[in-house]
Amino acid sequence: MKPLALFKSELDVFLKELSRDFDIFGPKRQKKGFLDWGKIEGLSDLDLSPGVTKTSVKSFFLPQPEVLFEFSAKTGDERAFRLKEPECPDRKRVLLGVRPCDARSIFLNSMPYKEDCYFQGNIERNIVIGLFCKTHLSTCFCTWVGGSPTSTDGMDIGVYELEDSFIFLPVSQRGEELLRGLGLREISQEEEGQLEAYKSDAPEGISEGIDIAKEFSKKSLFDLYDAQFWQEVTDPCLNCGTCTFLCPTCYCFDIQDEVLRGRGRRIRYWDSCMFPLFTLHASGHNPRGEKVKRVRNRFMHKLKYFPDRFGPISCVGCGRCVRDCPVSIDIRQVIRQFLEI
Amino acid sequence: MCKEQMKNLYLPYEARIEDIKVETEDGNLKTFHIVLEKEEDQKNWSHVPGQFAMLSISGKGEIPIGIASSPTEKGFLLFTVNRAGVVTTALHKMNVGEPIGVRGPLGNGFPVDGELKGKNIVIIAGGFAFTTLRATLIYLLEHRNDYGKITVIYGARTPGMLLYKDELKSWQERDDLECHITVDREAPGWDGLVGFVPTIAGQVKPSPENSAALICGPPIMIKFTMPPLEEIGWKDDQVYLSLENRMKCGVGICGHCNVGPVYVCKDGPVFKRSEVQKLPVEF
Repeated sequence: MKPLALFKSELDVFLKELSRDFDIFGPKRQKKGFLDWGKIEGLSDLDLSPGVTKTSVKSFFLPQPEVLFEFSAKTGDERAFRLKEPECPDRKRVLLGVRPCDARSIFLNSMPYKEDCYFQGNIERNIVIGLFCKTHLSTCFCTWVGGSPTSTDGMDIGVYELEDSFIFLPVSQRGEELLRGLGLREISQEEEGQLEAYKSDAPEGISEGIDIAKEFSKKSLFDLYDAQFWQEVTDPCLNCGTCTFLCPTCYCFDIQDEVLRGRGRRIRYWDSCMFPLFTLHASGHNPRGEKVKRVRNRFMHKLKYFPDRFGPISCVGCGRCVRDCPVSIDIRQVIRQFLEI
Repeated sequence: MCKEQMKNLYLPYEARIEDIKVETEDGNLKTFHIVLEKEEDQKNWSHVPGQFAMLSISGKGEIPIGIASSPTEKGFLLFTVNRAGVVTTALHKMNVGEPIGVRGPLGNGFPVDGELKGKNIVIIAGGFAFTTLRATLIYLLEHRNDYGKITVIYGARTPGMLLYKDELKSWQERDDLECHITVDREAPGWDGLVGFVPTIAGQVKPSPENSAALICGPPIMIKFTMPPLEEIGWKDDQVYLSLENRMKCGVGICGHCNVGPVYVCKDGPVFKRSEVQKLPVEF
């Protein structure tokens, strides 16, 4: 199926059409000034400025929290404390304006979550309409870690933003099906020319011809694990966990039970390997009791353990951790140090 | 939201506590005799010695506990549980007949039908780490002809802290099994071995020839058990260890139990010592 086009002036109508069957979420300017995900009720809600939202797209795939089970906690109830799966919401969502880095995180997280019915259910429920990037911000580094400003990984539809129009590129089967029903027009010759010339100002990669996933897979685990630089990277770290919560590919979770007024639920929610509790044994023993071990674990997981198991690096280069780390720890610096080992 | 046609990895089997036995003199270890409620689940359940399961108490949470019963013991599951945290404390307060959830079996288990077949087996255990090795031993004895000599070295702090006391007695009386039970210090009424597990292992000197050792115990016990074994020729790839780490999902996703690149819950908990030595010490 060929790409289809929409004049920017028709976006309002397009959103209305889409909202008949879907709840629409996209980047929305928040009261405090930053961009974050919000429900798009009309054109004025949507803000497609360059750069990524404050939080990542993972909230839609790993909701905070996800209810795994519900149960009655009333004594005397015959089925008390027996777990029941929650009802599935029937309305699907469209996520608009998902940047290629965020979309790629969905693709990467699907690997460990392949057999997880909740995550896969959320994949089924959320249709991803990506938005390719033209502008490279100072914290962007998708091209270092296997992504690109026009990568379609994790998208159902990819969108190019041209001068006066949007070009919709179908990626997945269901993306194609959705596009067919939206009454978009064929691309004009002029648009075809603009598409040809479409180019991001992002650099090619960390340096020409270097695939860091491949480079890191060649390195020995212990050479990296025992490297001298870990203490230096760790020293300023506050173990606040901001990086893990903002990171689209930090997918670790905790499971807890809650009971309130006779109703109980088993939920899962984001956890962080930055916290000492993450690994604390009931005996009091803690295998990652020291900060340096936790900081090292986070980077090693992204740059070595995950790629050794699944192939790609578990980082999409969105730069959120760089942007919001209170002590300016920069994963790009760690990547450079890895390359030097 | 759940994808309908997929199996829910987090859904425990409904089960019930059929019996509870206090194992140790301090009352901190109890064995729970658990029966799955649905006949269908009972039929589908199959595990390997060394695997574990998540015990689920709604409102409290889940805990990973080694399965102490052998797959040859049909119709029920045994879990010996130390009281140490929120869920285990709640479990220790539960009574016979109360509902519980069991999610599993999880992890890999000892290769009883693979590499261990035809070999002499040495089981070395300390304290309450004996549980999955009990499962293994029962399995080996059920299939006695599939294995060579079987040696058990098991120790606890005091005679009252030993698990499965009745069974220990019956194993010591068997002539197809060499069973060395030891306690750390002399105790009134105890006429068996006295000494730490590593010391006894050094005295027993199990032959490494065509043999495998399965060792479970506190890290310090494992550390001191290795030198006397190495001295008489044991190699790291003959020694199987069972690791423990904090776990949440039990299926290799949630990230809690990783030791470097491996997940104890999914890739383990049983590892050869030679494999463990290729990992960072994060367990």
